[in-house]
Amino acid sequence: MSFLQKAGAWLDDRLGISDTLMPLAKHLVPPGAKWSYVFGSATLFCLILQVVTGVALTLLYQPTSAAAYKSLEFITHQAVFGRLLRGVHYFGASGMIVLVGIHMLRVYITASYKFPREMSWISGVFLLFLTLAMGFTGQLLRWDSNGVWSAVVAAEQAGRVPIIGTYVARLLLGGDTIGGQSLSRFYSYHTLLFPALLFGLVGFHLYLVFRNGVSEPAKAGQLVDPKTYRKWYQDMLNKVGVPFWPYAAWRDVAFSVAVIMGIFTLALVFGPPELTQPPSPATIYTNPAPDWYMLPIFALYALMPPAIESYLIIIAPLLTVLALLALPFISNAGERSPLRRPWAVFGAGTVVTLVFALLVLGEQAPWSPKFDAKPLTTKLINSHNPQIVAGAGLFYNKGCIYCHLVDGHGGHRGPELTEVGRRLKTDELRIRIVNGGGNMPAYGGVISEKELADVIAFLETRK
Amino acid sequence: MSEEKFPTPPTPTPSPSLTEQAGNPNVDADARAEREGEPRRDFLVKLTFGLGGVAALAIGVPVVSAVLAPLLEPDPQTWRKVGTLTDFAVGSTHLVKFENADSKAWSGLTSESAAWLRRESEKEFIAFSVNCAHLGCPVRWEQGAGLFMCPCHGGIYYKDGTVAAGPPPQGLTQYHIRVAGNNDVELLTAPIPITNMTS
Ligand code: FES
Repeated sequence: MSFLQKAGAWLDDRLGISDTLMPLAKHLVPPGAKWSYVFGSATLFCLILQVVTGVALTLLYQPTSAAAYKSLEFITHQAVFGRLLRGVHYFGASGMIVLVGIHMLRVYITASYKFPREMSWISGVFLLFLTLAMGFTGQLLRWDSNGVWSAVVAAEQAGRVPIIGTYVARLLLGGDTIGGQSLSRFYSYHTLLFPALLFGLVGFHLYLVFRNGVSEPAKAGQLVDPKTYRKWYQDMLNKVGVPFWPYAAWRDVAFSVAVIMGIFTLALVFGPPELTQPPSPATIYTNPAPDWYMLPIFALYALMPPAIESYLIIIAPLLTVLALLALPFISNAGERSPLRRPWAVFGAGTVVTLVFALLVLGEQAPWSPKFDAKPLTTKLINSHNPQIVAGAGLFYNKGCIYCHLVDGHGGHRGPELTEVGRRLKTDELRIRIVNGGGNMPAYGGVISEKELADVIAFLETRK
Repeated sequence: MSEEKFPTPPTPTPSPSLTEQAGNPNVDADARAEREGEPRRDFLVKLTFGLGGVAALAIGVPVVSAVLAPLLEPDPQTWRKVGTLTDFAVGSTHLVKFENADSKAWSGLTSESAAWLRRESEKEFIAFSVNCAHLGCPVRWEQGAGLFMCPCHGGIYYKDGTVAAGPPPQGLTQYHIRVAGNNDVELLTAPIPITNMTS
């Protein structure tokens, strides 16, 4: 035996590569588990990408509230490849969310959560929420004015929880206001606490894959019976199973590499999100908005009726979690094929559509006043009557345009006024402006008689 | 897993004699050793948990304190000067900045806080939190409109801080404010107002 062979044999003996690891790598998987099975492993690769780029970022990042913003500027604009690094970490986060979502959908649609894989689903649910928590805390680590205000909004939401709410809010901010202590907390959550939990759970999730095997592709009419399933599955594997390595693994690797190169390309082309203003809680001219993957939740909170909001903020997430956790116990046997489970497919489709719709809405945020609306142009006013011109000026000056659309200019919060002159008479206009109602403030106290007449004169020309 | 592997409480009944057990081929050696060593085993289990508990408690106190620090610390309120009388004309509304009550040395910009200040009359001031009573976004004073507006979900407040429109369940929180000495306008810094479910 040559020296190298000897060294190899020694290592193999002490580490147990052929004894323990090879059987794991070569464990049998059902045939036909093709491209629809690559999302879980791609999520794992994405996680590894996040860990690696995250660790690299901590080498450059200063996690104190005084220095974080400057160090981020440094990473983005000066550090060698810093921009690319931040970009990859940012798009990697998006990738994780997307892949976790697809993986979960695939598992749900093919009912892979049924016997004996209930615990895989349950650990997966916790992993989903941990992933979201990582996304959220990561966004705060950007520690610009957006990050600071997002932390405040999060604390306010936590504050709605009865009894313990205020304490939770304080724990989140690390004190009674945003300050020097806040970032330390988020940094610790994002780089230590959550990753530790994540690693543990991912390990458990993977261990369960080995223990219970990869679910076979769902076939219509092939029912899962907890009494006979394990034996049937083992027999099937022994008859037709293929070794995971390399017969199934190559697809996982190929897809994951494609995903990682995609993330790399996005990072190269678009770069990380630009920082907004420095993190002073006194910088109030800012519009806190979360990263895209949080937008659906953001939109949901914006859209629900304020009267039930306090309850929904607590009950809705609670119910969602409970429903997800209960799923494998409610239905852990029987049909797995999506062809025979039309309601499950329909339900999943509805949820996906809803999330997309909320995402689009969140992007537009029609419930927010449009503070950057410009005054109406002379061409749009289309009159030289001084009263009407004055009215149009007031329409901007009094903030009406933030919420009302006129000829494509303005916000969407209130009804469009492009043709309001046709709908409402002078008196009706007057009553609405003076008394307000619903989402319209009563302008009676803040507008003079003359100003009121001017605005009405302007609105009446909108036909 | 066989039942014998679980610890069982010691029984007052005398255990079968050694010879009896030895003569019985069904009693395996492990189980016999366990049964004979019962009090000792019991003691060792208790010892292990006891020692572990002591260590966990010793380390746990400082660790849990660090976690709960924000709840254990007092939330100080401090008067901070935000300007002088001449800075604020009667009837005007200003954004004033000041240092929050318990700023840390490493806070940098984040030790700043802000409030809306209105001078109602020669003597009277009124100060509002910049945090929307809905979900805490920073409200802006719109001079032309004479209203506070929130960028997040369109909460709107009148100049006296009461709700004019939108989702906020209550008006803007007010801060204490005073004129100290003859000239200094001072504001009592306060926590971020948390709107809880009952409000
Ligand atoms: S936070 Fe101001 S309206 Fe929602």
